[in-house]
Amino acid sequence: MADATFSPMTDSALTLASRPRATRFRKATEEPRWFRWTLTAVVLVLLAVLVLAPLATVFVEALVKGIPAALESLGDEDALAAIRLTLTIAAVAVPLNALFGVAAAWALTKYSWRGKAFLLTLIDLPFSVSPVVAGLCIVLLFGANSAIGGWLVATGHPIVFAVPGIVLATMFITFPFVARELVPLMTEQGTSEEEAALTLGASGARMFFTVTLPNIKWALLYGVLLCNARAMGEFGAVAVVSGKIRGETATMPIMIEIFYNQYASVAAFTMAGVLTLLALVTLGLKTALEWRYADQLSASGRH
Amino acid sequence: MHIEIDEIAKEFGATAALQPVSLSIPSGALIALLGPSGSGKTTLLRILGGLEEPSQGRVLFDGVDATGMRVQDRRAGFVFQHYALFKHMTVFENIAYGLRARPRATRPANAEIGRRVTKLLELIQLPDIGKRYPSQLSGGQRQRVALARALAIEPRMLLLDEPFGALDAKVRKELRGGLRHIHDTTGLTTIFVTHDQEEAMELADLVVVMSMGRIEQVGKPADIRAKPQTEFVREFLAA
Repeated sequence: MADATFSPMTDSALTLASRPRATRFRKATEEPRWFRWTLTAVVLVLLAVLVLAPLATVFVEALVKGIPAALESLGDEDALAAIRLTLTIAAVAVPLNALFGVAAAWALTKYSWRGKAFLLTLIDLPFSVSPVVAGLCIVLLFGANSAIGGWLVATGHPIVFAVPGIVLATMFITFPFVARELVPLMTEQGTSEEEAALTLGASGARMFFTVTLPNIKWALLYGVLLCNARAMGEFGAVAVVSGKIRGETATMPIMIEIFYNQYASVAAFTMAGVLTLLALVTLGLKTALEWRYADQLSASGRH
Repeated sequence: MHIEIDEIAKEFGATAALQPVSLSIPSGALIALLGPSGSGKTTLLRILGGLEEPSQGRVLFDGVDATGMRVQDRRAGFVFQHYALFKHMTVFENIAYGLRARPRATRPANAEIGRRVTKLLELIQLPDIGKRYPSQLSGGQRQRVALARALAIEPRMLLLDEPFGALDAKVRKELRGGLRHIHDTTGLTTIFVTHDQEEAMELADLVVVMSMGRIEQVGKPADIRAKPQTEFVREFLAA
């Protein structure tokens, strides 16, 4: 191609003959141009069909009767309750899972003990178990028909078909996110900085807050953002444990389903749009942090 | 400080890293623990520093049993193999860490901390690097900062794990002189681990040759060279 642009059309054949293609140097890891273009095109088409089109549809459908109609549907009392509930659930589940994630990563990377591999598998379990199954387990364990559940209901603190159950289900589903981000990083960092802090007289708590936490803060933030996105969007497990009581235990994803089943499509898609926007904010935040602190992120990865 | 190691042994699961060993280290000495990898020298150093618990035996500091003493209370200045500097802190904050970590009652005032850190930076002959981060330093500079950080806590002894291991030959020679100078200035009982016999022989007052978790020979460098007591020492020195 380069040959053709450098010489007049008339003697391009001559140029090609005198300069065979094979002399153009190509890096060992570089595929031919047609391959790269095809690959990129396939990815772009897939992204457009699988991600962009549905995303656009959500907003188009939400605004099909105009912005006022969309906003009005959000003013519905049940819709507002759902938004409040989802934000509350995320506000409870995400910090708790950040805490447990750090604890689990710590136990897995800073000590060596029997059964470590088992714990690692256990942390991954929520990724492989169907959310519906997870929800069912919580219902069976804490539902009114179980011993614990019966007692809880009798004392006026029901878990299933109430907010605590939704928190539990959400925490189960999002448990791996923080730990999964932290384990590889903390494994690579080892324990010598912590040991140094101890030999210098630091208490365990001081060591954690002045050495360990600064070293893992970016990975932790990443994990928390992912965890948050998933916590707000979880449907399957929450659908089972919540009982889908409008205005009480219906989270945003549940409310979307309820609206949709009632053919209230503007309300359903507007709610979906809000949920999508919340997710996009999370994603934007993550990207902004990556840009702003790119050097520090790579510095904590290598050293 | 006089250090007495009394029948110390260490097992990791089924493997014995250290057979029962005994060693008396006179106050103010500069000692090398010399041996191939897996000889137990680093394990012994970590037991002295309180980072590892011995399976049996006792450690005495100036005649007082210190076996169960917490690592924080030992006041052992420890220099790690790859220095373990705190990446996110400046050199100044790295060196000040031990002073800031003290309980309020014994913590020096900020001005005093600044004065001490400045003095330590002068001691390691890097007076102007306080504001830099560890990633902006050369290997040799990092090692000296790690040394200054360990000295800041006014340690009772100095323990160094392969202090020259990660450096190139030229820097290594320079820093040997630096360690000797710091030892002579502070008068601290100093123990360093190395697998390099030339380093041990040149720098240490007393060399402890170790192999397979056992002490093979203890003596002045010249004596060990002249009269190797075991087959292992003879072969190790010849290598």
